[in-house]
This record gives sequence, structure tokens and C-alpha cells, in this order.
Amino acid sequence: MINNREILQTIEMIDQQHLDIRTITMGISLLSCSHPEMKECCSRIYDKVTRQAEHLVETGEAIEREFGIPIVNKRIAVTPISLVAESCSASDYVPLAEAMDRAASACGVNFIGGFSALVHKGFTNGDRKLIASIPEALARTERVCSSVNIATTRAGINMDAAALMGEIICRTAELSGGIGCGKLVVFANAVEDNPFMAGAYHGTGEPECVINVGVSGPGVVHHALQSVKGQPFDVVAETIKKTAFRVTRMGQLVAQEASRRLGVPFGVVDLSLAPTPAVGDSVARILEEMGLEACGTHGTTAALALLNDAVKKGGVMASSHVGGLSGAFIPVSEDEGMIAAARLGSLSLDKLEAMTCVCSVGLDMIAVPGDTPPETIAAIIADEAAIGMVNGKTTAVRIIPAPGKTVGDVLEFGGLLGSAPVIAVHPFSSREFIARGGRIPAPLHSLKN
Amino acid sequence: MHAIVTVIGRDQVGIIADVCTRLSSHNINVLDISQTILQGYFTMIMLVDTAGCDLSFDELSRELHEAGAARQLSIRIQREDIFNSMHRI
Repeated sequence: MINNREILQTIEMIDQQHLDIRTITMGISLLSCSHPEMKECCSRIYDKVTRQAEHLVETGEAIEREFGIPIVNKRIAVTPISLVAESCSASDYVPLAEAMDRAASACGVNFIGGFSALVHKGFTNGDRKLIASIPEALARTERVCSSVNIATTRAGINMDAAALMGEIICRTAELSGGIGCGKLVVFANAVEDNPFMAGAYHGTGEPECVINVGVSGPGVVHHALQSVKGQPFDVVAETIKKTAFRVTRMGQLVAQEASRRLGVPFGVVDLSLAPTPAVGDSVARILEEMGLEACGTHGTTAALALLNDAVKKGGVMASSHVGGLSGAFIPVSEDEGMIAAARLGSLSLDKLEAMTCVCSVGLDMIAVPGDTPPETIAAIIADEAAIGMVNGKTTAVRIIPAPGKTVGDVLEFGGLLGSAPVIAVHPFSSREFIARGGRIPAPLHSLKN
Repeated sequence: MHAIVTVIGRDQVGIIADVCTRLSSHNINVLDISQTILQGYFTMIMLVDTAGCDLSFDELSRELHEAGAARQLSIRIQREDIFNSMHRI
């Protein structure tokens, strides 16, 4: 039998160290919903989502109560809508986002991802229509999340798409007061089975319906490291691995149980450390626990590299299928320690960019001055895409030009999205660089065959 | 189905009797029990079999939680699987 110390340790992790399952995300293929008439396409989308996800929330809640482990979010990811709507004659795709929003609301999920387009090598007509609809779609819906993939290691970077997304992000901020940008991600090397928002979508290589689970647990890792103060990094890495193993085993159990009860195949467990604005649930505080005075100072990138790697090594043995983004997230507004470091001035955009070379994703939930030019945002996207393309990893930009705000102000989102201190961007122009357009070719190491 | 009942809170007379009476009234068999005072807190851990229970797991969990709240105790019941998955390969 399990001994008392282990039982109490689990309860303490849940009660005091914010251990939870961050999300159960149901991926649903909408390829069968295509129709030339917009109205029919919308009603097919609504019907299919509400039918497939009818029992998602109640099943998640039942598992939560029986195992005594919080499952914070139940969410839905769908086929990139640009593919579903390609045959629609309409030029405005906002009604599709509204249909997704209504379906999400009817199912009781807080977010639905997949108002997305994959344009890493070029645009189809549907892709252009979808991207043009993003600002209004995000302003007129509450639960819809959008993502656009503009680069891959195999295809290179679509710089026309980077330029366009700079403008779309600025327009989204204008129409929705900034919050819309919290639901919009620009990817390089986007993954098809990511359960985390705002970048979740159901890829074309995925089955009809699937359950993916995202675990979390920065607080548990932080607590574990407090017991090895001053010891060498070998000990730090081992401690993180053991903790990640336990957390992932729990994720695997919940994923299998949800899959069985819903009669939907299990996809992957995403081994991520996903912070929240709550005290004691921060990735930045883990890095500081390793001996840094403030997150963002010299040594932060090395600390994050160790953390990211150890989480994967510990977690991968604990799950039958690992996927998604898997690693440590560094969303500024959603992490209490990152917010503090940004306020303190120790965390700059340049340092965050360096950190994205070794974390699981990219520049995440970063507020910049409201008057930042679209070309500067496009250039930030291009830099981040280059890191992803060359290093064969997923990178992303979720950046918020905070309307009417400047460096030192704070943009409040509330809830899980937190609050973001506005960070400085370089004042020097990237306009002519972005105006070139075209594609940056794929790197030599993309030629693997 | 096996489940773990944990009772944590300020020590007071009659906690074990109260919890056990409730469990037996719902036909739940206690398989193992340990109790200690940990850093001033009453801590009891029980392994129980809920196979013959006349309530759903949800109802039972709610009843125990409410009974605990009335005595300023935290009483929870969780399926044993969660502890096994975290601590045993």
C-alpha cells in the first residue's frame, strides 16, 4: 500500500503548491463541415462541435472530484478554419468565429482554438480571407482563439505573412482594447496536437476526435528545489526530473480516464510547466530559486535550458505518448515572478527573446507600447520565427500593443491572463526590412532526406 | 473500488467515531487506518472499499466534505489510483 508520507505529499502538492491538470482539450476535425454557403458551414460547425464535446465538461468535472485533482480548463481545438472555409464563397469569415463561440459557450468550455491558417509557404484565398477577419473575429467573440503559422524549418519564413501579421496584431489591439491579442498567436513550427491556448488547433494528421491533456506544476518544482539549496546543478536536474515524472504520471492517468469515459482516443500528454498569476505558481521563481537575484539577469537562459530539459526527461518516461509543446512556458503576464521581474526592469524584450531559444515556445503575453509600428511587430515576429526555423523548435509571438499605454504602464487582463507591465521595444525602424517581402529560404539542415 | 480518506485539522474528541459511523452507515468497509498528531494537527488516513456504498462517489465526497467543514476539519476522499500513479511504477 501507498504509505502515509506519499499520500500527504500528494495532498500538499495539490493544496499548497498549485498542482493541477491545466487542461483537457478535445481536438475535433471539422473537415466534414465544409460547404459553399456560409450559413450552412456555420451550422455544421456548431452541430459537430456541440455533438462531439457534449459531455466534455461534465466528464472533466467528475474526474476532478473522484481523484481530488483540479482540472482547471476544459477546452476544444478544431481543424484550422481556413481549410474548412476554403470552399465558402463569402469573403468575411467572422460568422464562422461566431459559430465557434456559440458552440464553445453551449459546451461550457472557456476557449475554443482553431480560427487558424497555415501559411508558412504561401497563402490560399481562404487563408487571406481568414487572416483579414481575425481582428473583428476576436473583437466580436469571447472564447475564440486564433493562430497563424508563418514559418517552418522545412519551408522557411513567409515574410509577407510576418508583415501582414504585424498589421493584424495592431488592428486587433485597436478593435478589442488589447485583450484580443491575448487570443492570437503567430507561430513558427506550430504543432498539431498542442492542448494549450491560445495556439491550439486540430491538425490535419490527427484523427476525427482526440483527447490531449496538458499538465502543469511550477509550484511543485519550485518547492522541490527549495530542499536542495546550494547543491550542484546535477542535483537540481535530478530533482526536477523526479518531480516532473510524478506530475506527468498523474496527467497520464487523467488522460486515460477521460479518453475511456468519453469514448475518444487518447492523443498526447503535453509536459508543460504552465504558470499562473497566482503566488507560488511561477516559472520565474524556479529560475530565481536556482540562485538568480531576479529573473532576466545573466544566467537566466542557462537556468531555463536546464529546467526545460529536465522537465522533458522526467516526464517522457511517465507517459505513453508525449507531444504538444512540452517544456517550460514563459508568458510574462501570466507569471507572478515574470511580472515582478518586468516591473523591476530586470526582464527585457531582448532577454526574453534569448530565453525563447531554450524554452518550449516563444515571446508570450508581452505588452509593448500602443504606438509600436506594425513593422516593428512584424520584425519581432521574424526574429522569433528565425529562432524557431534554425533550431527546429516551435516558437511563437503573442504580443499586445497596449492601446494608449507606454513603458512603465500596466495592462490588466484579469483571470488566468493576468496583467502585463508594458516593456520597451527598440526605437530604431525595421520598416525597409519588412517592406522587402518574399520568403526567407529554409536553412541547409532542412534538407534531411 | 479502493479509495483513500484523509482527515486533517485541529484535534478534538470523537473525530474517528464520527467518520467511521458515517462510512459504515453507507456500507463502506475500512481496510486500513492510521492516525497521528502531526505538527499539532490531527491527521488520519484510511484505506476504504467503496464497492458496496449506497451513494455515488460524488454524493459521498460531498457528505464527508460538509461533515468535516462543520467540525473545521478537512475531510476528503480520493480514488486510490491517483496515489498509485504518482508514487508507484
